[in-house]
Amino acid sequence: MSDLPFEKPPIRSLFAQDARTKKRNRAEARFRVYGLAAVCIGILALVMLLLSILSNGLSSFRQTHVSFPIELTAERVDPEGNRNPGEMARVTTFGYLPLLAEAFEAHLDAEGIETEMDIRELAAMLSEEAPAQVRAMVLANPNLVGTTLEANILVGGRIDGFFKGRVTMESAERDRNVTPAQLELAQILAERGDLGTSFNWSFITAPDASGQRPEAAGLGVAIIGSFYMMIVVLALALPIGVAASIYLEEFAPKNRLTDLIEVNISNLAAVPSIVFGILGLAVFINFMEFNQSSPLVGGLVLTLMTLPTIIIATRASLRAVPPSIRSAALGLGASKMQSIFHHVLPLAAPGILTGTIIGLAQALGETAPLLLIGMVAFVREYPDFVSVHSNAFPLMGDGATALPVQVYSWTQRSDPAFVERASGAIIVLLVFLIFMNALAVMLRRRFERRW
Amino acid sequence: MNDMSQIDQGVSVGDIKMRARDVDVFYNAGAGRRSAEDLRQDASAVRAIKSVNVDINDKTVTAFIGPSGCGKSTFLRALNRMNDTIDGCRVTGEVTLEGEDIYDSKVDPVQLRAKVGMVFQKPNPFPKSIFDNVAYGPRIHGLAQSKSDLSDIVEKSLRRAAIWDEVKDRLDAPGTGLSGGQQQRLCIARAVATSPEVLLMDEPCSALDPIATAQVEELIDDLRSRYSVVIVTHSMQQAARVSQKTAFFHLGDLVEFDDTDKIFTNPSDERTESYITGRIG
Repeated sequence: MSDLPFEKPPIRSLFAQDARTKKRNRAEARFRVYGLAAVCIGILALVMLLLSILSNGLSSFRQTHVSFPIELTAERVDPEGNRNPGEMARVTTFGYLPLLAEAFEAHLDAEGIETEMDIRELAAMLSEEAPAQVRAMVLANPNLVGTTLEANILVGGRIDGFFKGRVTMESAERDRNVTPAQLELAQILAERGDLGTSFNWSFITAPDASGQRPEAAGLGVAIIGSFYMMIVVLALALPIGVAASIYLEEFAPKNRLTDLIEVNISNLAAVPSIVFGILGLAVFINFMEFNQSSPLVGGLVLTLMTLPTIIIATRASLRAVPPSIRSAALGLGASKMQSIFHHVLPLAAPGILTGTIIGLAQALGETAPLLLIGMVAFVREYPDFVSVHSNAFPLMGDGATALPVQVYSWTQRSDPAFVERASGAIIVLLVFLIFMNALAVMLRRRFERRW
Repeated sequence: MNDMSQIDQGVSVGDIKMRARDVDVFYNAGAGRRSAEDLRQDASAVRAIKSVNVDINDKTVTAFIGPSGCGKSTFLRALNRMNDTIDGCRVTGEVTLEGEDIYDSKVDPVQLRAKVGMVFQKPNPFPKSIFDNVAYGPRIHGLAQSKSDLSDIVEKSLRRAAIWDEVKDRLDAPGTGLSGGQQQRLCIARAVATSPEVLLMDEPCSALDPIATAQVEELIDDLRSRYSVVIVTHSMQQAARVSQKTAFFHLGDLVEFDDTDKIFTNPSDERTESYITGRIG
């Protein structure tokens, strides 16, 4: 063809690698090592995270109790003598405290356990929550009055910590809240079987407790608050997000305004979540005067935060549906709406569901915006979705708190027992997140269709 | 009668079903209704089809041939307003179906597409069962009064598309699980299920092997007894085999439109001759 002299390349053996091939192979080997190292670092970080959380937090699912007979004499707990819970409620926890202390001392005497501690020191072994615990039992069941109650009574956080390895005899010497003598007595009681640990249901069901009684603190209110917020987010973000995506993807004319909206949605997804908190504070609480720290306001703020995520995921999965499916439907005389709802949306559903659940999981773990709308409050009352306490806006719900916010507020408290509680709360949060992600995978598998 | 009437004498063809007069198709035409003259002056608008006049006869297979990018698919899509779904695409001129202008503002493209069905280049069954694929059209147009009615329509359509014997035992199986040729015949069954008057086929055999192609071609010949079929094809042999009328497009112009026999044996235009003998295209 060409007149240029054609130099025949020298014959090389296939068995000997030339320099270029060697270099390429080395580069590939290096890249594999980098990738493997990256994966290993990731796994190591995950293992360390799980180890630290589990080792700190698993103990919060067990709680130390002591059990001794408590004589509930009528003159102490029901001075009126008519077994009317309303009137019995006048005896406060301060009325129950000496009752418990005396019963505890009497129990030790009866069992012949020697101790040099006075009654105040003995009472300090019990949780500050213990009188409230007994009072609640009596008020719930007035027939207990006059009988002898044998119930599991919470012990103090330090005694509890002693059985979980957090508190030792040495640390007790330096601790103003517990003495070695108390620990020794607890040890004796534990050997006798009066004192022991059991699964801590109240960690999941009970409301938060004050900083002095970590042993009584639970996640009940936080779980309910988070659950209500997730309902609000799901009910608002999913339909709004999907409708917006379908409109933008399928119906909106391609012009500057649409481009502007698209750019801004992408930007919103990157806005720091605390900004949404400020927005929620300004709009929902200051302007619209919704109840502060109610799950509805929290849900609305999280909805605003989740919407961009859902819209982006939904649009991506709508775009992934092959255009031939749309043409096929249109070619048969389906309207645009029919082609979308009969064919495109079902095919995009797995992606939409995954995006929604990832958005929900993100919302479930979000703390910052909730701090600004008052959900960091200390809440003892179980919130109702429809508030009975607020007259102004009964539909706005009671004040509540949320799981990640509960973790945040527990890590702020001084008692070291709250480290355990916070880690336990993180475990609960992680379990919810794993459950939601598993649900996403399951739904994906279930609805995935191939074409 | 118009100037096209004389060519009707060669082969037996039905009455004129669709008539295209002075049709231009523009891309990048922007929004708003502008006149053909205005668009022709606009340098930014791409004139993909230039003043095309074609008559589509009933009970006839009309083939559109031409090199890639000559506009034959674009023109085909102008016949059932599938171009409406493309942004910036504008069709001017007049296209009538049985005397009614399909681009009239009163026409709903949805109703039009039920009458002018379409089969695409790549088989595109819905990821649903074979039955649901065929039943979809009748369902959305309310053609079946009862369940047994619907099964009748599905069976009839599948028989007409010559695929009934292969799928009658597995109507619940997904349509996407069929082979390429079967999928294309399923798409044809789906298109005929809505009882269209005209069936547009955009290179229906380009993704198929020779055996499946032969089956689909045989089917097209059968369909001619009931419908008016318009087929776009790259294969001149295919056009010669299945069609009675052939239109040759080149660079957006309709170069020649005549009886297939005449086009392939005695073309009147030089460009047609070059194309069918393989010198251009």
